[in-house]
Amino acid sequence: MPEKILFLAHVDESGIALPKVAYETLDAAIQVATQFGGVLTIGLIGEDVQAVANSIAAAGTRILAVSGPDFAYPRHASDAAAIEAICKVAAPEIVIAPATSRFLRIMPGVAFRRKAKADTHLTSLEMIDGKLTARRWFYRQRIEGVIQRDARPWFLLMDAGCGQAWAGTPAVARATIESIPVAIPAQAKRTTFAGIRQPKSEAQTIRPDAKLLFVAGAGWTKKQSDGNTHVPEAEASILEFLRTSGASLGGSKSLVDQSGENQAVLRFMTHLNQVGQTGSTPRHPKGLSTCCHGEEPHVVGWRFINERRAINLDPNCGWARGKADVLYVADAFQVIAKLNASLAERAAARTEECTTIR
Amino acid sequence: MPTFHITVCAGIVPDPLQTLEPIQGATPTLKNEMMLPAVLDPWAAHALYEAANLAAKFPGSKLWLVSAAPKAKLQQVMMNVAQKASFELVPVDAPAGGFTDAHAIAAVLAEAIQSLPGLDRSRLLLFGGWESASRGAGVTLQLVGEQLGILDQFQGVDQLTVRDDGSLGILERIEGGRHLVSICEGPPALLGWATGNLPEPKNNPQIGMANMRTIMPALQKAKPAVLAQNGIRYLSVAPPKQQRQTRIVKGRSPEEIAAELAEWILQD
Repeated sequence: MPEKILFLAHVDESGIALPKVAYETLDAAIQVATQFGGVLTIGLIGEDVQAVANSIAAAGTRILAVSGPDFAYPRHASDAAAIEAICKVAAPEIVIAPATSRFLRIMPGVAFRRKAKADTHLTSLEMIDGKLTARRWFYRQRIEGVIQRDARPWFLLMDAGCGQAWAGTPAVARATIESIPVAIPAQAKRTTFAGIRQPKSEAQTIRPDAKLLFVAGAGWTKKQSDGNTHVPEAEASILEFLRTSGASLGGSKSLVDQSGENQAVLRFMTHLNQVGQTGSTPRHPKGLSTCCHGEEPHVVGWRFINERRAINLDPNCGWARGKADVLYVADAFQVIAKLNASLAERAAARTEECTTIR
Repeated sequence: MPTFHITVCAGIVPDPLQTLEPIQGATPTLKNEMMLPAVLDPWAAHALYEAANLAAKFPGSKLWLVSAAPKAKLQQVMMNVAQKASFELVPVDAPAGGFTDAHAIAAVLAEAIQSLPGLDRSRLLLFGGWESASRGAGVTLQLVGEQLGILDQFQGVDQLTVRDDGSLGILERIEGGRHLVSICEGPPALLGWATGNLPEPKNNPQIGMANMRTIMPALQKAKPAVLAQNGIRYLSVAPPKQQRQTRIVKGRSPEEIAAELAEWILQD
């Protein structure tokens, strides 16, 4: 008997689309269903799911949904109740969902309620010896494991940026949705949504879709060749670079920790920017590290950065030992100042070119 | 003024500076795992510091640290951690590696918490790291919360504020470096901490001495736990092999380097 596979997703903040990672996960779920000879069902949650159902109806599967005002915003109790209700109706052996913050908060708990097992942060799904097999990293991206489970149901949460997004065309006609009514009891409404807070930064410095990750290390706040620190200049230079390059900002632990130790700090740098063992592991095509020694606890956060370059005064720093493609032995203050000028010049030239063409 | 019964779940992990070499087996292990220096799991450690801070602000609150780990290693880690904050250790002698199954560890932790003498579940704040530095799955704490029947769960928490009416204001990390702001009526609640806002407390030998008086007997009495593997099979575990051929560029002017970098940044 073919296994039943349930793909789950939630409406994003726009209210009319799924998060990008959900389309990647949908593609993976379709591939698993095809290879497995399984039957795929889609489950959606959100305030209004019709628009997203239309957008993925071309996947050609049954669509179940829990919708209404109670499911407009992330809340553990109501989201878990919604997913549990969908799982009861679909009765899947395999559940595949995107590893968004909203789903990472609830899926293991729902798996427990369904007497299932859950694995998260998966980077790929494949068939080995006719069995569904998942890959994930252990010890913060330092060891890669390939796993199988006998237990069913099995909940699988896929990380972003690991596969192609599903590229089906949105349905012209209105998609058919099987709505599942879910009443949320009072004890599940003890938590209320109070908003989304942007980081206390002069600019939005974390850009998950940026092509470049720019990492600033503690060296930016240390004494320079003239014997003085130049933190305001460092701040201005880094912000200017982020503006002209469109890069996302990361920081080493030693730099972000300084704010708690009453040392000179870059004011826009928070723990949210931290990359590495105790920070994030972002996915960008390119990465440029500055004033950072490239020690292993930091570099494990670069596991998914394809092209890596670094600027450091020490030619024997960690980056030189096979961790970067190119190490520039130079003063990052000077290089970034020149780089900002160069990028601004090129941007101005492009603007002029566009104006002339018009 | 509210009082809380705060239970922090925290494992131990190898010191991040150590080289890790996996050994394949039914349940893989790390080479010389028992010899590697260990630390309290970093995000769980932040949870402990936040818990200690909260307990100090609300006198009458209680703080337990529940840890499933090999007790000899846990004792070593406690020599340092015990100097950071006042707590009562509840140890469970169990394997602590990243390849043990989260569901099995969660069952052990939930059982330990349920049997805590004097725990008032209506005042319970279940703390821990939102992910460990070993499995890094963010599964264990949620499973413990489910087994304890906690409906209000938060992950990637960076801030907890107890408001005047006793409700909890909570900031959780979400995509794009932003925070989801939620208001919870009060305990019981589960908070999986990210970094929080507090620096690592300085070592205080007096707190360490006081803690160790209860930690050592607790460690001696720690019950060994047998963990189910729950049908998980590891086909392979391996560190990445990729070593880059680093081109080291020396003696070039900032202008030349900037020009090369600009070309690289702008090319598709």
